[in-house]
Amino acid sequence: MEKILLKNADVPNINDIDVYIANGGYKSLDKAFQMGSTAVLEEVKRSGLRGRGGAWFPAGMKWQFCVEVNKFPKYLIANADEGEPATFKDRPFLEKDPHQLIEGMIVSAYAIGASKGYIYLRGEYPQGYKVLNAAIDQAYKKNMLGNNIKGTDFSFDLAVHRGAGAYICGEASALIESLEGKRGQFRVRPPYMATHGAFGMPTVVNNVETLVNVSHIINGGADWWSSIGSKDSPGPKVFGISGHLQRPGLYELPMGVTLRELIYEHGGGIKDGKELKAVIPGGVSTAMLTPEHLDIKMDVKSLQSAGSAIGSGATTVMSEDACVVHMVWRAMAFFYHESCGRCTPCREGTDWMVKILARIENGEGRTEDLKILEDVCHTIHNNCFCPLGEGAVNPVLSGLKYFRQDFEEHIRTRGCPKGLRARARH
Amino acid sequence: MVTLSENTLQEIEKAASKYVDRKSALMAALWAAQAEFGQLSPDVIEAVAEVIGVSNAKAQGLATYHSLYWKKSVGKYVVMLCTNIACTLMGAETLLEHLEKKLGIHEGETTPDGMFTLQEVECIGSCGNAPAMVINETFYYDLTAEKIDGILGSLK
Repeated sequence: MEKILLKNADVPNINDIDVYIANGGYKSLDKAFQMGSTAVLEEVKRSGLRGRGGAWFPAGMKWQFCVEVNKFPKYLIANADEGEPATFKDRPFLEKDPHQLIEGMIVSAYAIGASKGYIYLRGEYPQGYKVLNAAIDQAYKKNMLGNNIKGTDFSFDLAVHRGAGAYICGEASALIESLEGKRGQFRVRPPYMATHGAFGMPTVVNNVETLVNVSHIINGGADWWSSIGSKDSPGPKVFGISGHLQRPGLYELPMGVTLRELIYEHGGGIKDGKELKAVIPGGVSTAMLTPEHLDIKMDVKSLQSAGSAIGSGATTVMSEDACVVHMVWRAMAFFYHESCGRCTPCREGTDWMVKILARIENGEGRTEDLKILEDVCHTIHNNCFCPLGEGAVNPVLSGLKYFRQDFEEHIRTRGCPKGLRARARH
Repeated sequence: MVTLSENTLQEIEKAASKYVDRKSALMAALWAAQAEFGQLSPDVIEAVAEVIGVSNAKAQGLATYHSLYWKKSVGKYVVMLCTNIACTLMGAETLLEHLEKKLGIHEGETTPDGMFTLQEVECIGSCGNAPAMVINETFYYDLTAEKIDGILGSLK
């Protein structure tokens, strides 16, 4: 497939606005201004673009909710808090090709009627902070940002808000709290962000990759764009594949590529010719799958039917060398660390589970532990306000579903057959 | 209470100008103060709170919520090794042990000469080149024990 999103990946100095424009950049602005904001909104709705951060909500519908609110100013926020473990798909747009994101944001803001924008950037990408700020300065100088962009009556201001290491700030309402200088904890909805978002104003939060796609939809048209990928979730997608692979990395592919193609064709197969044991298809919060699931398509519906989710499209592969118990413990250590502490089932449940998983891994597991894990998971499920706790449940339940004998073996033989240990963590 | 430098204050005001409410600049202000003092001790956070115009409790609460704000003193180089799943699958835990042995400290500690702090961190978005680490603001990829020895040796 010809690259669309990553087409600039190998262009030297593409972070420079002149180089970006020379490579066809910022063209979608002219076209969008010619079409008018309503037509841009309709085009995006028609394309079927869905949010690529993990929730896959139809972007056009999200915009429509905000457009309908008669309250100004409106805010557009790029969620660049890429924190879902094993996800690294947005990094190229934050560190190398920043104008693609800025262009996408301007066109999106135009459609929404937003005059203020922020890029909420995770603290772990210091390079991105410099690159994005420099790119924004350049865009202001060229009047791509600021007042009366390119002589139109559309004005849009953009700035970077730098996070400081908190996974939960990737959740849209927590992100807004954090943008407002508060601890990033979710907001109970309603009211929804379309009416009461940042600073109490109508707000749209979109993932970086979602916004990047918008310029391409406008440039090439919704028909062309949605002819790529699957019907259920169209368009190109940057898949980040990691773990025991010959060629881990970022691959731009149409939505609907199968796990088998992703792992064996693009990832070059399992490292050192080993056997595949398990695969996490969409980031640590998504349920792991097994070699039996290799022909499943990477799209929203197919992975949902398989009991998992496409998440951020971050696929992590475990070979026969991996210990599933160890990986589930490590995933839980992450969720425990990142739980904001507001909902009791998540705060206490992740704490309890990380302790139980550590003792199973370290040979002190008890027969009743697996039952306790399941009970805790069911207590968290549907009893927490935000998706963090829901995500924490998935590695455990899918681990127990597909690899229960591994957990039982750890308990029976008093330790990890691979000789691994769960470390005490701070 | 400490006094923030003119430079830091300017940076804070520049950040504050980007928002309709200057409280939004609290995170940027903490970053700026950390750059000046190397850490966010309670008195530094208090000074930031005053400049932004929020309660001390609010600023302390925000600083302690985030893992990249250093609440205690750190070394000249902060070695942040990712041990999240992609890096662990590729051997990060062995590298953590190697780093602990090599530096003679446990994870979370700083060498007595104040050169290195060792921190285990969550995913740093380098999963395609795992295992990976960040030292201050530089990323290092596809790590091995030998590679780590070379990197640490080059830092003076």
